[in-house]
Amino acid sequence: MKTISTTVLIIGGGATGTGLLRDLALRGVQCLLVEKRDINAGASGANHGLLHSGARYVASDSEAAMECREEGELLKRLAPQCIDDTGGLFVAVPGDNEQYIADFADMCARSAVPCHEISVAEARSLEPALADNLVAAYAVEDAAVDPFMLSLDNVAHAVSLGASYRCNTRVTGFRIDAQRITRVELVDDTTGEPLCVEAALVVNAAGAWAGNVARMAGATINLLFSSGSLLITQNRLTTRVINRLRKPADSDILVPGGTVSVLGTTSVTIQDPDACRPSVEEADRIINDARAMMPSLETTRYIRAYAGVRPLVLAGDAGDARNVSRGFSLIDHERDDIANFVTITGGKLTTFRLMAEKPADLVCRKLGVDSPCTTREVPLPPSNMGMWTEPGLTAKTWLGTRDPHDLILCECEMVSRSVIDAIVDTIGTAGPTRGQSMLTAIGLRSRVGKGPCQGGFCGLRVTSHLYDRNCVEGTQGVAELKSFIERRWRGFSPILWGLPAMQADLQEALYCGMMDMELQIPTAREDATEGMETTTHPAPGEGAACGDRQ
Amino acid sequence: MKRYETVYDVMVIGAGFAGMAATLFAAERGLSVAQAGATGGIDFSTGFLDLMAVHPVAEGRYWDSPWDAVDAVIRDVPGHPYARLGKECIRTALDDFTTFLASQKLEYLGHADRNTPVFSPAGTVKRTFRVPRTAWKGTEALRDKAPTIIVDFHGLKGFSGPQIVEMQKQQWPDLKTARLAFPGSIGELYPEHMAWTLSAPERCAELAKAVAEHARNVEYIGFPAVLGLNDPVRTVSLLEELTGRHVFEIPTLPPSITGPRLRATFDRGLAPRGVCTFSQKMVLNARRADDGLFSFQIGAAGDVRTVRARNAILASGRFFGKGLLAHRDGVIEPIFNIPVTQPSSRTQWHTERFFARQGNALNLSGIEVDDRQRPLGTNGAVLHDNLFAAGAILAHHDWMRMKCGAGIAIATAYHAVRSMIDSGSKG
Repeated sequence: MKTISTTVLIIGGGATGTGLLRDLALRGVQCLLVEKRDINAGASGANHGLLHSGARYVASDSEAAMECREEGELLKRLAPQCIDDTGGLFVAVPGDNEQYIADFADMCARSAVPCHEISVAEARSLEPALADNLVAAYAVEDAAVDPFMLSLDNVAHAVSLGASYRCNTRVTGFRIDAQRITRVELVDDTTGEPLCVEAALVVNAAGAWAGNVARMAGATINLLFSSGSLLITQNRLTTRVINRLRKPADSDILVPGGTVSVLGTTSVTIQDPDACRPSVEEADRIINDARAMMPSLETTRYIRAYAGVRPLVLAGDAGDARNVSRGFSLIDHERDDIANFVTITGGKLTTFRLMAEKPADLVCRKLGVDSPCTTREVPLPPSNMGMWTEPGLTAKTWLGTRDPHDLILCECEMVSRSVIDAIVDTIGTAGPTRGQSMLTAIGLRSRVGKGPCQGGFCGLRVTSHLYDRNCVEGTQGVAELKSFIERRWRGFSPILWGLPAMQADLQEALYCGMMDMELQIPTAREDATEGMETTTHPAPGEGAACGDRQ
Repeated sequence: MKRYETVYDVMVIGAGFAGMAATLFAAERGLSVAQAGATGGIDFSTGFLDLMAVHPVAEGRYWDSPWDAVDAVIRDVPGHPYARLGKECIRTALDDFTTFLASQKLEYLGHADRNTPVFSPAGTVKRTFRVPRTAWKGTEALRDKAPTIIVDFHGLKGFSGPQIVEMQKQQWPDLKTARLAFPGSIGELYPEHMAWTLSAPERCAELAKAVAEHARNVEYIGFPAVLGLNDPVRTVSLLEELTGRHVFEIPTLPPSITGPRLRATFDRGLAPRGVCTFSQKMVLNARRADDGLFSFQIGAAGDVRTVRARNAILASGRFFGKGLLAHRDGVIEPIFNIPVTQPSSRTQWHTERFFARQGNALNLSGIEVDDRQRPLGTNGAVLHDNLFAAGAILAHHDWMRMKCGAGIAIATAYHAVRSMIDSGSKG
């Protein structure tokens, strides 16, 4: 069996895990990240894409509000490529709690969150889509963040510093000798081959799956799973982030993300993080609630829904109070008699850097490494891994080169063949990153499949190109296409009225009526345990905020 | 003719397979016909005419004999549109339809009593009942696994020779592929443009010359369906002559040329039969006077005209054709507000998995008709004695999963026209 040695093994490729990979790499600590699906396949890729100003938390959690403010400012400065610094509004409509409205400015002041009242007329002139019966409006410093670019850039920077990562590589067990993890057993889900990792220290950054990972090591973390669904609109409805000015609840945030807007969320407790998918009822509930602040949400065209799971750490299990903020949990499993095992979970996308710094400090202390955190100062370099998630960039690049032989394969989002080729080169045809569907891996790293056709057309065209390039053989390419379409369907099926219903009709006529794909070629890896991952490949700009709404 | 002053014998709403078929059958019987509506799905057609191939869909069972499959469906699904027709009606309708197409140089081939396996653009093989002559040699090559080359072109996206070869290589070792530059073009290619280009014999000669070195050891050459627009059989014959090989077409992804060929064929063939086509004009609403005369408003906001007719055939299709509209709270039929049989709530519309064999419950939704194809109202009674319906808008079938789309469209259109004439349609 293949054995890999490393100093630190990080389990989980979300915002926290990739941030930790970079933090440790910057400190000169050798580390390897393993991810069972793909980068940001969990909640890190399935949320609003909101860089919180902190204003949302001023009533419930002043400390979290201050953390958001500080971390938001850092990210705007150090990773500007990932941020659309839109600003935000909080708006109230008739019926919203008047006391909350009256106290809002003072509460913001207490947490030092910048906020100033504007007139209702000014709010409507800034954002004409807002309801005409607003009763209050405040301007705050919210922004939109592209969580895919953020995590991919973190990985790319870490790799440039000597770190490594493997996607589609799943932990299957731990060997523990004398109260230490001595071996981690894994399987490469692309090839089915087992491998093992020997590490001085193991960090569990598996998000909603952290409990499952800890349990394999004989440790216990009590998590609650809260599934949150969001809707993506076809067009960008506002320039700024729009928040409902009320005690945080469902369906009260609309975040612009490039060319679209993201509306949500819900909060549904589920038993198994793999069972998370958006539903018809949730889509209706979100629209029925949010249309009060913006009537056009009733009639606008939606592109898809998606859902992510917030892992909520139960009280009494929050770990060492000195090391944690209330937004997330850092657990040293010394308490479970495992000396070299640490879990970090919970938190929000906005504070991901801090969520990486804290476990990195603990890791270095345990390893006896005397090297301070530098992620407060060192800029995050843009990378060619993350760059293609940016809306419009592929079109600009294509127009810029004017190569008549470079065909547009994804017409909704203007992704050209040369961009697909560049992404295929970063994924590697054979390596573990391609996973069970290369098309899905391409989708995560670009806007392929994210437009109105939801992959119906571009999926077929990119698949043909992958055959042309010899990246797939036999019936594999079509099987992977089916897997890709199946995953898009999870987000597509809850919003099938109006034009999307026509689009779905056409898609079924193509794939089933014309090609009989429902009857031929099994879907690549039809395991029902795949949870949210691709249901939740959202448009860029949908960032993470597990525990967004406690 | 004064298009807007005439009172037509029948207004056909819809310009897909069902609308075209209804128009044809009515015109052939001497009725004056007006036709309006978006072309809908016909531009997305592969050109194949499916009759019936899969039943029950949940088992994914393929039938070699479409007629045995029709028998089984009539037995098992009493509400299925075929159950009202009987096999003779279906057979006659398809024969009349393909006879018309052949008269307009769009000849179809197929077996009397069994389906024929054909290529899809993705390299999968499906079964269909009638195949354009230009694709027919491909069914022979596929059947015999004969030495064959699939030619594709730089610049034509979504059509990959390597994909078709890889998909078939287990069963068909003598299948290979070559990618060529399209005569006289660089950059992106579109099937319609390619088809126009290859209507010129000198371009065909260039193509034949470019293919020759790749086709030395093969018996068949397969091309994407771009071999001519109005007379593709002539283009295919010319290429066969020039290459000395059997030549066939494989449909491309939409927008392809196979659908527009059908549309153009109807446009050519129906005009001399006196049909008044309001091309690409949508029917916005319908009013029915006490004496039964229909008035239709057609066009778009700002350019609305009225057309009157003594009868109407509703062949407006499903969601893609806008015959049915899906709202958040239910499905409606927008022109006559005919009740739509449908699942009780949107949560029931779709399955969790797109490729689940049983298909989506929403696909069985549609309007109910009596045994003369007349839509029924909420009370189960005939809505209007001079309103008929045909095609995919009917309830209780899943044409995409059963592979019966063209068959339902053509046969129910035939039956609707026959019923209309029986009830005395002429003015």
